[in-house]
Amino acid sequence: MKVSGKDVENVAGLSRLRITEDKMDKYLIEFNDFLEYVDMLQKVDTENVEPTAHVLPLQNVFREDEIKPSLDRDMALSNAPEKENGYFKVPRIIE
Amino acid sequence: MELYKKSAHDLHDLLEKKEVTAVELADAFLERIDSIDSKLHAYITKTADTAMEAAKKADKKIAAEGKIPFLTGIPGAVKDNICTLGIRTTCASKMLDNFVPPYNAAVMDKIQKENAVILGKTNMDEFAMGGSTENSAFFPTHNPHNAEYVPGGSSGGSAAAVAGGLAAWALGSDTGGSIRQPASFCGIVGLKPTYGRVSRYGLVAYASSLDQIGPLTKDVTDCANILNVITGYDEKDSTSVKASSPDYTKSLIQDVKGLRIGIPAEYFVDGMDKEVAESIHMAINDFKAMGAEIIDISLPHTKYAVAAYYLLAPAEATTNLSRYDGVSYGERVNGDDIVSMMTNTRTEKFGSEVKRRIMMGNYALSAGYYDAYYLKALKIRTLVKEDYDRAFEKVDVILTPTAPTTAFKIGSMINDPLQMYLQDACTVPLNLAGLPGISLPCGVSSSGLPIGMQIIGKPLDEEGIIKAAYTYEQSKGFYKNIAEVTE
Repeated sequence: MKVSGKDVENVAGLSRLRITEDKMDKYLIEFNDFLEYVDMLQKVDTENVEPTAHVLPLQNVFREDEIKPSLDRDMALSNAPEKENGYFKVPRIIE
Repeated sequence: MELYKKSAHDLHDLLEKKEVTAVELADAFLERIDSIDSKLHAYITKTADTAMEAAKKADKKIAAEGKIPFLTGIPGAVKDNICTLGIRTTCASKMLDNFVPPYNAAVMDKIQKENAVILGKTNMDEFAMGGSTENSAFFPTHNPHNAEYVPGGSSGGSAAAVAGGLAAWALGSDTGGSIRQPASFCGIVGLKPTYGRVSRYGLVAYASSLDQIGPLTKDVTDCANILNVITGYDEKDSTSVKASSPDYTKSLIQDVKGLRIGIPAEYFVDGMDKEVAESIHMAINDFKAMGAEIIDISLPHTKYAVAAYYLLAPAEATTNLSRYDGVSYGERVNGDDIVSMMTNTRTEKFGSEVKRRIMMGNYALSAGYYDAYYLKALKIRTLVKEDYDRAFEKVDVILTPTAPTTAFKIGSMINDPLQMYLQDACTVPLNLAGLPGISLPCGVSSSGLPIGMQIIGKPLDEEGIIKAAYTYEQSKGFYKNIAEVTE
């Protein structure tokens, strides 16, 4: 086994997900199967290979700093689960 | 022939000749949806009212102008991860159950400029993660050729809609095969453009360095025409390519004389259906008979592509999907504090495949594993791309199966994610390298399910693959088949 239940719980926490006990076994098996499968990559010699994050020869895309039409506040807030006085509302963060 | 069975270009001709009105077309397709979609479940949201309004507008335009743009008045469908202003866009996720985009995706602006008629938003695997449309949080879509089988995925709703006559054309998105594989399973044409060819602005992000929007159509002629509508540089997509868009209909010519077609042995993977392999070999012979030169090539890193993809795509997804935090849009499930609110929201509203990929991605990116998994996969990506670069020095296009099998039965693979991932063996390498690919029908299995072949092109050479596909299609005529779905 490459990962334990504690590892899965840890990565779930990083992902802001909770794994219920009844699902843990399933995730654990799937996780280990997957990591065993991708282990094949370790056999490939990549000593002098550059990573490719993006296939295009991308450069910074600059443009003039001109004001263009954008969403008005009501539209931007139109899908908010909770809002108040033109702001997104969240549970209290600072005591 | 019923109107819903016709290709978009045939319908376009009928409209221009005034033999039919856009309202009559919309009626015909809406009726077809009413009678069949309860069986296929291709649509998540149907937009009959706005479709009728658009059809009336198109009819006015036809009356006034005579000559009309290709999509004017032609009923089509849009995958539900493409933002549509004022029309619910769910990504087949409970997370976005009530999300109504306040803006249009760039492709929607282009389509609506032509006065196309949008019939609705199609079903998909949740957030485009899957290859069967069984991961939809709402319901699975059924294959029009046999309702016990999956339509493929993740653009399964779009493919089923076109194959079943519930739309004349559709848009999908392709991150690892999500246009080509469902096109193959449903017996239609699907094209993934070169990365950057079509603006991703307004496409809900899954894996940003791999995602592309493309058409699903009844034939290659429709594919070329719709590609004409949706391609082009867009300053709102920073990865958009600043290349001029050719007129793809100029590639609709039957000519493969001297075309160098590469056949990579590595794509004929273990576990491939015998009938699929036979069909592809027959197609190779057909191309040879039409004057193409067949060249054996090797793409040695193909066997590592699936593993690299399933590290990279989840890593990008985990970042992209962190935006679903219950704050600015999407659903919220309350909690005692902000972290528990976010955790409750994501735990309750994401489906299991999405959670699996978010966690796999976070694992691959986490301290201590980054070099072994994420960075390693990025280097494998380089090797996969270099394989193609070398091959394209010797050949013009590459021909492979689209998928190792025909459509599989609903429920048969859903409990084995790894087995499901291996279905993508022939399609993911193109996304890793950013190459264009088209899937088109090349046969039917003994059990009556479509078989698809994939033609891969050099970067930005959609013209080359359209020409090869068109030549084959016109000589064989598989495109004339449409699923007969009866109640």
